[in-house]
Amino acid sequence: MSSVTAQFPKALQTKIKAARTQLDAHVRETIAWHFNPKTGAPFWLDYVKTLGWDPRKEIKSYADLNKFPWFEDEWLRGGPVRRWVPRAYAKSPISLFETGGSTGVPKSRISFQDYRIDYEMFSKTLPDQHFPKGADWIHIGPSGPRRLRLAVEHLAQHRGGICFMVDLDPRWVIKLIKWGEMAMMERYKAHVIDQALTLLKAHPNIKCMFTTPKLLEALCEKVSLAKLGIKGIFCGGTEMTPQFHRFAVEELLGPEIYFAPTYGNTLMGLAVHKEPAPEDNWAIIYYPPMPRATLEVVSPDQPDTVVPYGGTGRVRLTTLTKEVFIPRFLERDECEREAPCMKFPWDGVRNVRPYSRFGSSVVEGVY
Amino acid sequence: MLHLPILRKGRPYESIEKAVTVHHRTKEPLVAISQANPGLIRRDMLSLGEVADAMAGLTSAEYIRLCAKAAVYFLNDDLPLGDSMQSVQDYVEQLSATTGLPHVMVRRNMEKIGGVMANMGDVLRGLTRNLDLDILDSGYGESNHTVVSYFRRGNCLGVVLPSNSPGVHALWVPAFALKIPLVLKPGGAEPWSPYRVIQAMLKAGAPPEAFSFYPADHAGAGEILRHCGRGMVFGDVSTTKKYASDPRIEIHGPGWSKIIIGEDMIDRWPEFIDMIAASIAENSGRSCVNASGVWVPRHGKAIAEALAERLARIEPRAADDPQAEIAPFADAGVASRINKMVDIALYEPGCRDVTAAYRPGSRLAEKDGCSYLLPTIVWCDSPEHGLANKEYLFPFASVLEVPQESMPEILGPTLVLTAVTADPKLKQRCLKYPHIGRLNFGAIQTNRIVWDQPHEGNLFDHLYSRRAFQATQLQPA
Repeated sequence: MSSVTAQFPKALQTKIKAARTQLDAHVRETIAWHFNPKTGAPFWLDYVKTLGWDPRKEIKSYADLNKFPWFEDEWLRGGPVRRWVPRAYAKSPISLFETGGSTGVPKSRISFQDYRIDYEMFSKTLPDQHFPKGADWIHIGPSGPRRLRLAVEHLAQHRGGICFMVDLDPRWVIKLIKWGEMAMMERYKAHVIDQALTLLKAHPNIKCMFTTPKLLEALCEKVSLAKLGIKGIFCGGTEMTPQFHRFAVEELLGPEIYFAPTYGNTLMGLAVHKEPAPEDNWAIIYYPPMPRATLEVVSPDQPDTVVPYGGTGRVRLTTLTKEVFIPRFLERDECEREAPCMKFPWDGVRNVRPYSRFGSSVVEGVY
Repeated sequence: MLHLPILRKGRPYESIEKAVTVHHRTKEPLVAISQANPGLIRRDMLSLGEVADAMAGLTSAEYIRLCAKAAVYFLNDDLPLGDSMQSVQDYVEQLSATTGLPHVMVRRNMEKIGGVMANMGDVLRGLTRNLDLDILDSGYGESNHTVVSYFRRGNCLGVVLPSNSPGVHALWVPAFALKIPLVLKPGGAEPWSPYRVIQAMLKAGAPPEAFSFYPADHAGAGEILRHCGRGMVFGDVSTTKKYASDPRIEIHGPGWSKIIIGEDMIDRWPEFIDMIAASIAENSGRSCVNASGVWVPRHGKAIAEALAERLARIEPRAADDPQAEIAPFADAGVASRINKMVDIALYEPGCRDVTAAYRPGSRLAEKDGCSYLLPTIVWCDSPEHGLANKEYLFPFASVLEVPQESMPEILGPTLVLTAVTADPKLKQRCLKYPHIGRLNFGAIQTNRIVWDQPHEGNLFDHLYSRRAFQATQLQPA
């Protein structure tokens, strides 16, 4: 995380400094937890033996996390998954969330309370007039082993609503596309949309929605969501471009529906979008849920180096919760680095998209 | 920098996402092209049925007149190009800058497109086999003493266009005169021609809703083809194969066009060398109607030597040189890759690059910062050889000897076949062979196209279908 703050107004500099102080304290707390034999997860307690140094002594700040090697996503594939459960939570009810897995072994992340905390934090960013308390929700999109399955439902419940669910299996969609079965993919999408429309027409108290960009397009080709009483849409799951953002707001939804694009994943949690401003030209700007997670934009060739503000690079994630410690994980995404602002006095990311150097190996934006 | 907008049913739309196309030689950015997101395309396409219904309000005769008027504008006038205006010279230079085509070839292709627009009546007569076009206006009528009725097979024609040669735009233009809305996805390097055709049509009074123009990526192209009533796709086999079993989509892939000479004419082969050389090399060999094979019963090696000697005279010239006969590749990497492919194939025994002995340098040539693949004639011992039936994006042809008895079946799929023969038996066999798209008897260049003679499928049959029909006169109550 850059310490160059002189370019910002004084008031923002003060906020950035305060956020940084809070982050450093949070890092010390997280390290103390994960590397304590009484509370830490077996994985990290074993791993520390290979390090040759004691993180509890040497990690005093966020910058010190650079002493850790890169977190390898291969560690998350395969079992035993219990090695990731902190000993403090050994007797707690554990959920398992997966990411990837279209082919091969998916990456797994255990969870106890994190998804609830993340989505309760996210809930505070939603405007009540568009996501009314007590209104029901509909989740149309990937559920199954994904964090969204429980997270969106918890968000609805946290806001006093009940969540209807329509599932879409993205692994099946990716297979259909790889096989060239585009007609079948369209039929599957229509099957999902039909179920959603049936629920939306039968339950007028559904006023809030989670869905993916492609499913949102498909829904809006069939109905006016405003006429069906939808007031707010929380959209995520796949890449969104600035052009899609504009198209969604101007043409799919119109002025009556609030559009909340999000960037989230199983390993991080949920990044909150900055409200669109004319000068952003529909760029989608996200800020991570600090201090529980940070997003940095680093040089693809030197991932230790953060790019300048506005520069393009690869996303580097660090997750710092009591349930999971993921230091310096290089995501499969790229974006531009966004400067802190008064509402979010820490680094953000702009226009996240699949990492271009992976080329066609990533099937993205398919559901 | 120039900006080319999306046209959403004729209405310009500037996208946030733009693809910048550069001048092929200087690499300077030339035009920013607004890119359509797939959802926007699909959403617009939902209401094309209403556009098609509205287009039915004009008569075919009115459309033909409108096209003739538009042809004049297309060939002569300054026309809108985004926020600026484009003169004829601008069009020639811009198209040349992004595709590498020399000006003289751009102008030739321009005339081809303009010719189709100007002669739309003849084109439609060819496509409809001389159907009285009033029948299309009323939906039914009498033709050759038979009552016939035709209906539209889809609400629009979606076309995924290539960048290789502007001549292909002559293929979709008649759809407008057949009252079918057009949804065009231009090639990344050649948005110029379809945009200019549309602007000429609009100036002539065409309903703007009839034209949608969506520069887009592969996902956008797929969206058009999945959701159009009828479609056309241009491209190589890897691009088009996914649509091979979709009857809605007409595929325009490689042509593998060829020339054969019968036993009865083969001793007169020197008379045909000019025609063969022109079939191979005109338009820089970029068209599917360029010959890529010369199959003869005898004198093959002599023909190959004569063609090689003739075509080796072609050399790179400046884009604005009226004598230019060959185009550079807009992407030097593509030229290099194709060159390697040819070289690797030549390692297979039984084949020889005949042109190599006549060319002063190598096949891959550089001039003024541009990459060229110079004309190449290969001699193949056998039709089984890997280069015997290949088509590339430059003047390339294989020459080989096969017994006359094996022709034309041995040729395989052939878009245009010129059969130089007066032998009735050989002509009959050619007539019966189903894998020829266009058949020329006589010394006719494969790339000499008569637009009332459609090949690669008939646009009218693609867009309209005939139904059984009877009617009686009923008095109103």
